[in-house]
Amino acid sequence: MDVAIVFLPLIGAILAGFLGRSLGDRGAQLVTCIPMVVAALLSIVVFFDVALGGNAYTTELFTWIDSGAFELSWALRVDTLTAIMFCVVTVVSSVVHIYSVGYMSDDKSIPRFMAYLSLFSFFMLMLVSADNFVQMFFGWEGVGVASYLLIGFWYEKPSANAAAIKAFLVNRVGDVGFALGIAGAFLLFGAVQFDAVFPQVEDMAETTISIFGMEANALTAICLLLFVGAMGKSAQLGLHTWLPDAMEGPTPVSALIHAATMVTAGVFMLCRLSPMFEYAPIALDVVAYVGGATALFAATVGLTQTDIKRVIAYSTCSQLGYMFFAIGVSAYSAAMFHLMTHAFFKALLFLGAGSVIHAMHHEQDMRKMGGLYKKIPVTYTLMWIGTLALVGFGIPGVTGFAGFYSKDIVIEAAYAAQSSAGGFAFVMGVVAAFLTSVYSFRLLFLTFHGETRADHHTFEHAHESPRVMVWPLYVLAAGAVLAGAVFYGPFVGDGREAFWGDSLLVLGSIIEDAHHVPFWVKASPMIMTLLGLWLAWYMYIRRPELPGEFARQAEPFYRFSLNKWYFDELYDAVFVRPAFWLARGLWKGGDGAVIDGLGPDGLTAVTQSLSRRVSRLQSGYLYHYAFAMLIGVVLLISWYIFMALR
Amino acid sequence: MVVQALAFYLFAAVVVASAMMVIAARNPVHSVLFLILAFFNSAGLFVLMGAEFLAMILVVVYVGAVAVLFLFVVMMLDVDVTQIKHGFLQYLPVGVLIGLILLIELAMVAGAWVAVPEAQSVAQIPFSPGGDVTNTQALGAVLYDRYVYLFQAAGLILLVAMIGAIVLTLRTREGVRKQSISDQISRRTEDSVEVKDVPSGGGV
Amino acid sequence: MNIGNDILTALPEIFLACSAIALLMLGVFRGEGSSRLIMTLSVTALIVTLGLLLMGPTRNTSAFNDLFANDGFGDFMKMLVLIGAALTMVMAQRYIEREQMARFELPVLLLFSTVGMLMMISANDLIALYMGVELQSLALYVVAAIRRDTLRSSEAGLKYFVLGSLSSGMLLYGLSMIYGFTGTTNFTTLAEIFANGGEVSLGLTVGLVFLSAGLAFKISAVPFHMWTPDVYEGAPTAITAFFAVAPKIAGLALFVRVLMGPFGELVDQWQQIIVFIAVASMLVGALAAIAQNNIKRLMAYSSIGNMGYALVGLAAGTQEGIRAVGVYMAIYLFMNVGTFAVILCMRVNDRMVERIDDLKGLSRTNPLIALALAIFMFSMAGIPPLAGFFGKLYVFLAAVESGLYILAVIGVLTSVISAFYYLRIIKVMYFDEPSEAFDQPIGREMAVVLTATSVIVLLFFIMPSPILESASAAAEAFFPAGP
Repeated sequence: MDVAIVFLPLIGAILAGFLGRSLGDRGAQLVTCIPMVVAALLSIVVFFDVALGGNAYTTELFTWIDSGAFELSWALRVDTLTAIMFCVVTVVSSVVHIYSVGYMSDDKSIPRFMAYLSLFSFFMLMLVSADNFVQMFFGWEGVGVASYLLIGFWYEKPSANAAAIKAFLVNRVGDVGFALGIAGAFLLFGAVQFDAVFPQVEDMAETTISIFGMEANALTAICLLLFVGAMGKSAQLGLHTWLPDAMEGPTPVSALIHAATMVTAGVFMLCRLSPMFEYAPIALDVVAYVGGATALFAATVGLTQTDIKRVIAYSTCSQLGYMFFAIGVSAYSAAMFHLMTHAFFKALLFLGAGSVIHAMHHEQDMRKMGGLYKKIPVTYTLMWIGTLALVGFGIPGVTGFAGFYSKDIVIEAAYAAQSSAGGFAFVMGVVAAFLTSVYSFRLLFLTFHGETRADHHTFEHAHESPRVMVWPLYVLAAGAVLAGAVFYGPFVGDGREAFWGDSLLVLGSIIEDAHHVPFWVKASPMIMTLLGLWLAWYMYIRRPELPGEFARQAEPFYRFSLNKWYFDELYDAVFVRPAFWLARGLWKGGDGAVIDGLGPDGLTAVTQSLSRRVSRLQSGYLYHYAFAMLIGVVLLISWYIFMALR
Repeated sequence: MVVQALAFYLFAAVVVASAMMVIAARNPVHSVLFLILAFFNSAGLFVLMGAEFLAMILVVVYVGAVAVLFLFVVMMLDVDVTQIKHGFLQYLPVGVLIGLILLIELAMVAGAWVAVPEAQSVAQIPFSPGGDVTNTQALGAVLYDRYVYLFQAAGLILLVAMIGAIVLTLRTREGVRKQSISDQISRRTEDSVEVKDVPSGGGV
Repeated sequence: MNIGNDILTALPEIFLACSAIALLMLGVFRGEGSSRLIMTLSVTALIVTLGLLLMGPTRNTSAFNDLFANDGFGDFMKMLVLIGAALTMVMAQRYIEREQMARFELPVLLLFSTVGMLMMISANDLIALYMGVELQSLALYVVAAIRRDTLRSSEAGLKYFVLGSLSSGMLLYGLSMIYGFTGTTNFTTLAEIFANGGEVSLGLTVGLVFLSAGLAFKISAVPFHMWTPDVYEGAPTAITAFFAVAPKIAGLALFVRVLMGPFGELVDQWQQIIVFIAVASMLVGALAAIAQNNIKRLMAYSSIGNMGYALVGLAAGTQEGIRAVGVYMAIYLFMNVGTFAVILCMRVNDRMVERIDDLKGLSRTNPLIALALAIFMFSMAGIPPLAGFFGKLYVFLAAVESGLYILAVIGVLTSVISAFYYLRIIKVMYFDEPSEAFDQPIGREMAVVLTATSVIVLLFFIMPSPILESASAAAEAFFPAGP
C-alpha cells in the first residue's frame, strides 16, 4: 500500500508528461488527479493502520548501491511520522490537483502543469518515506527540481525565470550543508540507514573532530550542517529570500509547495532526525534561536507587503519559524502538530487568495482590491476561516480553530523549556502572534472590506470561482476548523506516547511540562491575537488614513519592513555583485585570455589538427593499413627487446 | 644416416628457395609453379620423418588439386604484373627497414630458444596408441578422439567457407541457354514430334 | 572420455551449430523466399541457446580433453554475445528486406559467426582459440561483402578479408611461438607452468605480442584498427550493427581469457602491450572521430575508443579490472545496439542516409528518436548518471587501484575530447534547423529495441546490481581463491 501511495503520483506524472499531447487536457487532468486521490485515500488507511494502530514497518524495494562497505537499498520507512506526512502531502496535493483543474483552465500547457504537480508529489512522498539519508536526499533534490520547474512554469515571464533560478540557487546553499551533513554522518557512523545510525548516536555523542585546527563536537557539527539544509528548504532567516519570490509561480503551486509541503520538509527532516538532535543540545539551541528570529522577522515584513500572495508567503515563513523553535526546545510532536494544521489553513489561505486573484483577473495587489465580500461571499467566508485558524483564534480551555491548538502548544513548550533559547523563542513567538494577527486581518480588511479600490470594470466582473475550485476549499476549511481539536489528543495530548511510538525520540518531558505552564502563558497568544485584531480593525476599517500617516511618521521603520529588512539588497551587495565581479574578471581575464587562449581554443586547435592528421592516416589503401599493423607489432617487439637488453 | 641428412638439407634448401621465388617471381604463373615445387619438397620432408600419409595427402590435395586450380585461375585472370608492382618502389625502403628490424629481432629470439623444462613432461602426446599401427590409423585415432572438437570446428569453418563462396559468386543469369538434362530425358515423342499426313504435291 | 558429458557441457554451442546447419538446409530447400522465416528461426535459436546457457551444468567444467572450458566468465560474456547477436538480428530484418538483400544465407552465416564467438569465449587451448576466431571471422568477411553488387560492400569485405588474413597470420605466428617456447597449447597446462615459476623467455614475450596483435585486430584496437572505419562504412548498416556489438564482446572476452587465464601470472609481461594499445585506441578513437561526417564512420571510431576504455580495465589485471571490463561491455552492448537502432531508422524518402547532417532538427521532426539518441550519446560521453558514466568509472577506478594513474588520466582526457563529438550530435539534433524528416513508421521491433535499450541506459544507476553482480561473478572465475 505504501508503495502504491508513493508511486501512483509518479505514474500519473509519467502519463501526463509523456503522453500529454495524445491524452489532451482533460485526459492529463484525469490521469493525474485520480491516482492522487487514490493515494490520498490509501494514505488515510495507512494513517489509521500505522499511526493509530501502531504498526510501523519498512518496505524494502530493491538494492540501490552495493559498493564495498557502502550498501544501500530503496526502502520505504512507514512510521507515525511518515504516515502523518503521507496524509498531509496526499490530501493537500489532491486538493490542489483538483483546484488546478479550474484555476489553470485557460492555460495552454495543462498536461505539463499536471505532470509537474504529480512529479512533485512523488518526490515529496519519497522524501518523507526515506529510510536512509541518501534516499531522503534524492527526494530532497527531486522536490527542489519540481519546485524550480513549477516556479518557472510561466517561463515567458522573466520575473518567473529569475525567481525560479533564485529559489534553486538559494536552496543549493542549503543543500551543500545537507550533503556535507550526510557525508559527515556516514563518516561518523559508517552507515546512512537511519536504523543503523540512530542506535549509535548515544555512544558517539562525545566524539570530537578537528575542523581547521579547532576541536568540535562531531555530532553538533553534523546536526548544524543538516540544519543548514533544513533552513534552505524551509526558508529560515538567512536563506528565506527565495520564498516570497517563488510566488511568481501559479497560485496552486504556492499552496502545495511553498506553504503546505515542501517548505515543511526541513521541519520533517529535523523531526525524523530527532534521535540525533537530542544528543546535540547546542544545535538545538541554534535551531530555537533561528526559528524564533524567523518567526518575528517574517511577521514584521508581512505587515507592509501589498501583494496578497507575498503576505501569505511571509506568514508561511513566520509559521515555519514557530515549528523550528518548537523543535529547538525538543517539542517535536508540537512542531509536527503545527506542521499539519498549518498545511490545512495555509493551503486554504493560498487557494482562497488564488480564488480572489482569479476573480480579479490576476490582480494581486491588495491596494487595488477592497469591498469584495459582496462579490465573492464563499471565498470571503473561507478566507475568514483560514485567517482565524492562522491567528489561532479560540477560547483557552474550551475550543478553537486548528491554529489555536497547535500554536498554543508550541508557545507553551517554548516557555516550559526554561532555557535562554526557550525564553527567547517564547518572547518572539508571543510578539509574532500579535503581528500575525495584525497582518492577517489587514489582508482580510484590505481585500474584502471598505470601499473598493479596483477599477470599475474589474470590480463589476469579479465573480465567484467555479465549483471545481471551491469544493476543494471546503475540504481544507474542514481541516482548518477541526484538525486541531480532533488531533490534539493523539499528537500532544494524553495519547501521544502510543501515537508516536518509536518515530520520535525526546529525552526530557517537554510536552508534559508544557501542559503545566501558568494560565497567563496559555492565555497570552489569544490576548495578543485580540489586540492585533483590534489594531487592524482600527487602522484599516475605522481610520483608513492612519496607515499612511504612520508610514510617514515612522518612515525608516516602514521602509525597513517594506524592503524586507534589506536582505535582498544585502545579499546582492555581499554575494551576488562580488560574485559577478569575480566571475566577470575570471571570464574576461582568466577564462577568455588565459584559459581559452591556451586551453580550449589552443587545445581545440591542436585537437582539430591532430584529428585531421589521424583521419588522413585512413587513406583507404590496403597496404597502408597492413603497414600500420606491422609497424605496431614491430614497435611492441622492439620495446620488449629493448627492455630485455637493458 | 648420412643419406638422410643429405636428403633433409636438400629438401629444406629447395623449400626455402622456392618459397622465396614464389614472392619474387615476376610472372604469377611461375610463382604458382614454384609453390608446387615447395609443396613437393615439403612432402619429401614429411617422408623423411616417417609421416608418409601426410606426405601423400600433401601431394594429392595441395599439388594435385589446389595448386593446379590456382594455376588455371592465374592463367585465366591474366594479371597485369606491372600494375601490381606500381608503388612498390615507393614503399620499398620503409618496407625493407621494417622487415629487417623484424628479422633481426626474430633472430635474437630464435637464438634464445629454450623450451620450458616443465613442458616436456606434460606435452607428450602418445602419438600411436601402441603396437604396430599405421600412420593413417594413428592420425585417425587422435583426430576423431582426442581432437574431435577441433575437427568438428574445422568442419564448420569449411562449411562457412563454402557457403561464402556460393553466396558471393553464384548468380542466376538471365537469358542463358542451359542444358537441362532432366528435361531432355523426360521428353517424349508425343510432346515434340507431330506426325502429319502430307498429301503429295500439296505442301504443309 | 565421456562424450555424453562433453556434449552436455558444450550444449549451447552444439545446439547453435546444429540449428545453423538445419536452417541452412531449410533455406536451401525452400529457396530464396524463406529469408524472413530463417531470420525468425535464427533469432529463436539464439534465444534457446541463451536459455540452455542459463540452465547449463555446473560451472568450472571442461570438456573435449580440456579444449573447451566453461566458467562464470564465459557464461557472462556468452550471454552478452547472444543478446547482442539476437538484438542486432531483430533490427536487421526490416532493413535487409528493404534493401533487397534478403537472402537466407545471411542469418545462417551470422549464426555460424556467433558459434565461433561462443567457441572463442570458451577456448581453453591455443588451437581451439584459433578455430573459434577463424569461424567467427570467416563468416563476417562474407557478410561484409554480402551486397556483392555494390562497390562499397565488396570493397569492405575484401579489405576486411585481406587484413583479417594478415592478422590471422600474426595470431598463428604468435601461437606457434608460444607453443615452441613452452611445449604445450593447453591453457591449463600453461597456467600451471607459469604458476610453478616457469621461466619467461623473450620468445614467449614476442609470441605474446603477436598473439595480442592478432586479437587486437579482432576488437579493432589501435594500431590494428585500420579496417574498422572502412568496413563499418562500406558494409550494409544492419551488418555494421552486428559487427559493432557481438564480435567486439567476444574478441575482448577472448583477450581477457587468454591474458588472465594461461598468462595470468605474467601480468608484468603483457601489461605494457595492453597499456600501449589502450592508450593508442583511446587517443585515435577520440581524435579521429571529430573529423567524421558519416555517422557510421563516427561509430567506428567510437567503438575503437570504447575498446580502449575496456582494455584499461584489462590492463589493471585485477579482479576489479575484469569486473569493470564485464560491466563496460554490458553497457557498451546496450548503448551500441540502441545507437545503431537509431541509425537504422535514418531513412529519408525510402533511402538510407548516414550523414550526421541528416540528423538536423530531429528533435522537432521526431522527438522520441532524438531523445533516445540523445540518451545514448550522453551515455557514451560519460555524463552521469547515465550508464556509460559508470562503465568508465569502474574501469578508471580499477586502473587507479592498480597504480596505472597515467593511463586513467589519459582515459579521462580522451573521454573529454570524445564528449565533443557525441555532444555535437545532440547539438545537431536539438539546435539546428530541421532538414527532411525520417520515414515513418520505424517498425514495432525497432521501437521495442529503442525503448528497452534507452531505458536500460537511462535507469542503470537506479538498479545496477544485476549487471554488477554478474560481472563480479564473472571476474571471480580467474581468481579462484577469491578476495
